[in-house]
Amino acid sequence: MAKENEILEEITGSEYKYGFSSDIETETAPKGLNEDIVRFISKKKNEPDWMLESRLKAYRYWLTLEEPRHWAHIEYPAIDFQDIIYYAAPKKIKELTSLDEVDPELLRTFEKLGISLEEQKRLSGVQSNIAVDAVIDSVSVKTTFKETLAEKGIIFCSFSEAVQEHPELIKKFMGSVVPYTDNYYAALNAAVFSDGSFCYIPKGVRCPMELSTYFRINTLGTGQFERTLLVADEGSYVSYLEGCTAPMRDENQLHAAVVEIIAHKNAEVKYSTVQNWYPGNKEGKGGIYNFVTKRGICLGDNSKISWTQVETGSAITWKYPSVILKGNHSIGEFYSVAVTNNRQQADTGTKMTHLGKNTRSTIVSKGISAGFSNNSYRGLVRIAKGASNARNHSQCDSLLMGDKCGAHTFPYIEIKDKSAIVEHEATTSKISEDQVFYCKQRGIDAEKAVALIVNGYCKEVLNQLPMEFAVEAQKLLAVSLEGSVG
Amino acid sequence: MLSIKNLKAGIADKEILKGFNLEVKAGEVHAIMGPNGSGKSTLASVLAGREDYAVTEGAVQFNGKDLLDLSPEDRAREGLFLAFQYPVEIPGVSNINFLKTAIAEIRKYRGLPPMEAKDFLKLVKEKQALVELQVTLANRSVNEGFSGGEKKRNEIFQMAVLEPCLAILDETDSGLDIDALRIVANGVNKLRSENRSFVVITHYQRLLEYIVPDFVHVMYDGKIVKSGPKELALELEAKGYDWIKKELGDVIEA
Repeated sequence: MAKENEILEEITGSEYKYGFSSDIETETAPKGLNEDIVRFISKKKNEPDWMLESRLKAYRYWLTLEEPRHWAHIEYPAIDFQDIIYYAAPKKIKELTSLDEVDPELLRTFEKLGISLEEQKRLSGVQSNIAVDAVIDSVSVKTTFKETLAEKGIIFCSFSEAVQEHPELIKKFMGSVVPYTDNYYAALNAAVFSDGSFCYIPKGVRCPMELSTYFRINTLGTGQFERTLLVADEGSYVSYLEGCTAPMRDENQLHAAVVEIIAHKNAEVKYSTVQNWYPGNKEGKGGIYNFVTKRGICLGDNSKISWTQVETGSAITWKYPSVILKGNHSIGEFYSVAVTNNRQQADTGTKMTHLGKNTRSTIVSKGISAGFSNNSYRGLVRIAKGASNARNHSQCDSLLMGDKCGAHTFPYIEIKDKSAIVEHEATTSKISEDQVFYCKQRGIDAEKAVALIVNGYCKEVLNQLPMEFAVEAQKLLAVSLEGSVG
Repeated sequence: MLSIKNLKAGIADKEILKGFNLEVKAGEVHAIMGPNGSGKSTLASVLAGREDYAVTEGAVQFNGKDLLDLSPEDRAREGLFLAFQYPVEIPGVSNINFLKTAIAEIRKYRGLPPMEAKDFLKLVKEKQALVELQVTLANRSVNEGFSGGEKKRNEIFQMAVLEPCLAILDETDSGLDIDALRIVANGVNKLRSENRSFVVITHYQRLLEYIVPDFVHVMYDGKIVKSGPKELALELEAKGYDWIKKELGDVIEA
């Protein structure tokens, strides 16, 4: 037992791999938030008036709100919103025409992260045929494979570019799923969002490659507020990946993103996230506050939105990727693995809102807590009146490692239609010493045994990830949990 | 191969093995019989390196190495295999993946290159046939939802794949019906060879009809109290353990 704890210590003690910071020449806004900062950001981005107006409206609304601090099962000191830099961008990126003009330090940064911004290059052997939009601090620095995608009519670009080039689409869809009035952080994001990705898949097009956005926070004291908007037109299909890392810093940094997905009739969107923001050190100093609003709407009949997330990073994760099932026969899915170790806190889950007839949703949540961490699943299944024959199946499993951590499940169910069938299953388990010993007796050491057992436990979720991502996720799980058997 | 001298071990403050001695040479099959609570399973656990047990005295040599000095995983990598009395379930991890990981670790320890995927699959197929394991069981999660018999058969399958030089079978016959018993025993018999030894721990003589041992030892109160050829098992079966106890002049405990 003592020995196993030692091994556990050793494994959990592993360092955050992406904790370096890069010396990139950066232009930043002054600290703090007021109307001038909002105007400053908008001006930096050369935005049309309607965009500025929309930002100001959100900002003024945000001022009337109070920071929500008590309903989630997380604890942290109040955030000083005047102590955050709301805009930071690597210099000299405006007139980029080729990759040669990108700051080499920036290229190196992404290379270190295993992300290639050169279209032909395969870096870690993991990236294959994936179009990447790379976002550092507040701006998108490069989007690859744009031309290849454009041939099919697919638009994949930074959000800022979309505001300039495709204002009609932005006006129509931005805020249509997550309005600025939705919540505190959605309002903040709508006011100060700096960049992110935009993607539009035209009617009947099956996107030929994985699209991905890679988020990196670099500058000290900045918050990252990106927006992602995915629109899948009738009968289209896209699989989208999102990855994120940040340097190790002693103070907490705020990441408050908004992701909106719109799936039209017969369209399918698969959205996968591997979230690996800096979690803070072992004592809980530093780390990212990951307060994110993600929501999709199955607007048309037979549409489908599927969220898969592997959450291993951040000091605090507060996010509930959700689906509004408006179209008849539409399908919403949520597959989640959330790992917390040391002093990390996670309050994550989903909302499935059934409005259409014969809609189906599936929730599979696997929480893993180790160290002194707290891991909560919070979910809502709402079946509206008239959403006849709606079905939901939820499965929420918690795995505890050691005896200092917590796992909590808060499932909410609201049913207004009698024909609904809703099932909820929940389990809590521990990795038993018997399991670890069994592995050892076959020649597998404790560390590998834990990785094996945890991967087995998460299999249902990991199976949902695209191949390249699944391998990464498996490795990440092993690293995040190093030293967690008890 | 295995030499156990005056082994004393227990759990918490309770001494269970009280001076256990055993010599196992390459290719031999030793049966250890004994009533409940005589320390048979403790012996298996101590040899495999279960951390709950503390060894207080004695020495165990395994292929010339000090076994007690090795971690449980290194004992396995040195070629010691324990067929568990109660095999553990590992949900979501396929038998194949489990064995692949085990083989990779064992080979790494022995300084061998990783096994090629096709060689591994060939090995699995071959051993599966040997122990008459259904293909579906090999692809399912480790022991998850297996019946008692399937679990035991899976232990023998794992043994066949890992090819240990010493296998300890801890009451592998318990919970098996006669057909399953025969299949398990057949598997073991096929794996017998001049450089592989077995220690078969069992309550009943029944298993020994199929796996014929070279030696039978009777264990009582933490040590071997009687040893003999395979016929000793029959005598035990006929006379019962009380016979041993009486012979020892012991009082039967309730």
